[in-house]
Amino acid sequence: MALDNMKTTGFTQVGTTPNRPDGLDKVTGRARFGADVTAPGMLHAVIVRSPHAHARIKRIDTSKAEALAGVKGIVTRADFATGLTGENWNILENVMASDTALYDGHAVAAVAATSALTARDAAKLVEVEYEILPHVTDVDKAMAPDAPVIRAGAADGSVPEGQHPNVVRYHESGHGDVQAGFDEADLVIEDHFTTEATHQGYIEPHACLGILGGDGKGELWCCTQGHWNVQKICAALLGLETANLRVTASEIGGGFGGKTAVFIEPVALALARKTNKPVKLVMPRADVFKATGPTASTSMDIKIGMKKDGTITAAQGVFRLQGGAFPGAPADMTAMCAFAPYALSNVHQVGYDVMSNRPKQAAYRAPGSPMAAFAVESVIDELCGQLGLDPIEVRLKNASKEGTKASYGPTFQRIGLVETLEAAKAHPHYSAPLKPGQGRGISCGFWFNHGGETAVSLALSEDGTAQLAVGTPDIGGSRASMALMAAEELGIPYENIRVTIADTATLGYNEVSHGSRVTYASGLATIEAARDAVKKLCGRAAAKWGIPEDAVKWENGCAVPSGPNAGDFDPLPMAEITANMGATGGPIVGHFEATPEGAGVSFATHIVDAEVDPETGKTSVVRYTVVQDAGKAIHPTYVEGQFQGGAAQGIGWALNEEYIYGDDGRLQNALFLDYRIPVASDLPMIDTVIIEVPNPGHPYGVRGVGETSICPPLAAIANAVSAAAAVRLRQLPMSPPRILEALEQKRDG
Amino acid sequence: MSKIHVTTTVNGDEVEFLCDPRETVLDVLRDRLGMTGSKEGCGTGDCGACSITLDGRLVCSCLVLGAEAEGREIETVEGIATGEDLHPLQQKFIEYAALQCGICTPGILVATKALLEKNPDPTETEVRYWLAGNLCRCTGYDKIIRAVMDTAADMREAS
Repeated sequence: MALDNMKTTGFTQVGTTPNRPDGLDKVTGRARFGADVTAPGMLHAVIVRSPHAHARIKRIDTSKAEALAGVKGIVTRADFATGLTGENWNILENVMASDTALYDGHAVAAVAATSALTARDAAKLVEVEYEILPHVTDVDKAMAPDAPVIRAGAADGSVPEGQHPNVVRYHESGHGDVQAGFDEADLVIEDHFTTEATHQGYIEPHACLGILGGDGKGELWCCTQGHWNVQKICAALLGLETANLRVTASEIGGGFGGKTAVFIEPVALALARKTNKPVKLVMPRADVFKATGPTASTSMDIKIGMKKDGTITAAQGVFRLQGGAFPGAPADMTAMCAFAPYALSNVHQVGYDVMSNRPKQAAYRAPGSPMAAFAVESVIDELCGQLGLDPIEVRLKNASKEGTKASYGPTFQRIGLVETLEAAKAHPHYSAPLKPGQGRGISCGFWFNHGGETAVSLALSEDGTAQLAVGTPDIGGSRASMALMAAEELGIPYENIRVTIADTATLGYNEVSHGSRVTYASGLATIEAARDAVKKLCGRAAAKWGIPEDAVKWENGCAVPSGPNAGDFDPLPMAEITANMGATGGPIVGHFEATPEGAGVSFATHIVDAEVDPETGKTSVVRYTVVQDAGKAIHPTYVEGQFQGGAAQGIGWALNEEYIYGDDGRLQNALFLDYRIPVASDLPMIDTVIIEVPNPGHPYGVRGVGETSICPPLAAIANAVSAAAAVRLRQLPMSPPRILEALEQKRDG
Repeated sequence: MSKIHVTTTVNGDEVEFLCDPRETVLDVLRDRLGMTGSKEGCGTGDCGACSITLDGRLVCSCLVLGAEAEGREIETVEGIATGEDLHPLQQKFIEYAALQCGICTPGILVATKALLEKNPDPTETEVRYWLAGNLCRCTGYDKIIRAVMDTAADMREAS
């Protein structure tokens, strides 16, 4: 059901594309990111990490390091809280190992010294004696009966009996009778797919500056997607009272999910407490690769049945996700997203969350959905090919619509998948001729989107400008969309809104910037806070005019009588009301605090043309079009940016990016030279089409746009490669050696 | 280890500093001169976030030692604008939303300014290859390339 205060037409500011409020800071070098602040007397810290994939820590000797001039303090696990349980224990164990190093790069100690070079020298002097244990880094091997156990007792009650202890979570969902569905099909295809772990690849390494005194009061500056989460976790891991730790989010140099997690902040605070000095900790890039972020790697089995007319009769998927040395791989979300684009009578999906000797996986843009889409959309493409059907027509025939019972359970409200498919079909790209050696692929993608705890405050200034405080770090221009929404409601110029990302002491709890929630939830909160302020402004006008509050309405930035019966008064501009705030009742501040739950799901359809070089196996993406439902694009240029960025990350995932582990369990490509994300010369322009099917759960119809854009590229490119070179790659990335191998196999028959 | 005394020029101003022989120009800029506009994304010359020009030549400042700056001329992102007037590239990057998070932006601006000084009329392919050493993870480069091409066109028209 749509909100009764919904506005979908007549916008004066929303939908325009003004310059972002923080533009000047970002192009002049003035913006302050995680590593850009200092404090008087500050120390520099370095973390000592395990070089082994799995090893018992027998002894840590810090005496030589402590003896080095300039070293001020060293911490190990003994310097953190004890008695933690659940996810807090998992996070602490990941932040600083207790008795066992669980992956190559696992933190075991940390040093603070008067300079970064001294800290680096001292870290090398910390002696750690290890007893090497057997390890496993592959998901299928980690589930095998003879696999080493990462940690006994880590599984929860969801896991069926008979599974290896490394299987720690289990998900199963669906409806109908898949066997009956497969029996009805004219063609059933079943295939196995794998994807390698990838890293979010933000260009800014994790960085923070921590201050913590003997009184248990502290301050923390860090690059994070969510500083209230950092506050809560650091307080738990250090045994502090939450309110005594004030956390400020710096500008953030990319996150993509990877900065929703906590890695170094508790370490900096522990060192600050131990040394009684501010401590700065900046991760080297190799540490970022080894100890933060990556996605789960996957092993998947997909079976889909189709009739000759393109009707999907049944779909079934098994998704095994390797999530590193802790529970948490998004096996459930992978399974739930897999078949969401399709209205299916018979569907069944199973997910396994599997531990291995790799870093604890972290969210990466629509966690799990891109991998599932790769497998499912590849099989649908094969079915279309073998049955001689157009891939867009088949998807239209089976597309989820309003009222469809989703593959993962609920019934869809108004959604825009059909609109994206129709727009893709009508786009000149879809009918453009291809050159020899090129192939075209398409794919759909789905993400849930999210609401979450949100608090916003909008304080009006005496000159009629407004200060908007939000709690969601601005990852990609969200200050601009927040200012647009506030300006729209208040009826004042966009430039008169100053947006600040408030610290944890200023607002109530804000969930992290994740789940494509910022424009949806902080946007909704901004609109509601502005409406709250408007109500108060109208009240001041009513008092001045001596008429009831409900006889005043707000129009074009002014209070006006709501009708002829209310009286005859000249419009009262906001600045005239705020100029006298102190004398008419005090400061005017609009608030909104809630957990919005109407985040509308989002779908996309991507079209890609690829060219495969038969001699080198290199795949080039020559044309790319993203069509996605944004619900309502608040700042269309930044919506396009999200579409393009997701597509580019998906291209990297599809073609190049992968974590490569040696037989010794060590990560072999922990730098950007060897973990190659797309560079400018790898990519074409990325065309975008914004579809606007309003989300009934947002006052302007907004749907989150950040994540869905990474879901289709993996499959779209695999389908294009299949069309270009007549080889079906079921393993990502489709790197040149894998393509060459597939071409050779085809030649050899 | 004793420190080295260096005299150099940064954005037209003569500066002096003492540095450890192991410190890079990037370390010196950020930690000794307080100029944090240049970013460290990798420390291995792969990401370009620390791009500066040294005697007019585009380099990764993480790959040059502080001691090597003696007698040289360094230009950083902080020197691109003239007072309050943004360089046309800076203006266009804001207008085109050619940045999302903005961490790669200083390096990309330094690199593209160096490109346009060398080649005022680059092709799209030339811009893409020139920027191949500057990683951006947010934008997919589309809006960056458009901003550079259109700035180059504006600057040609203005000159």
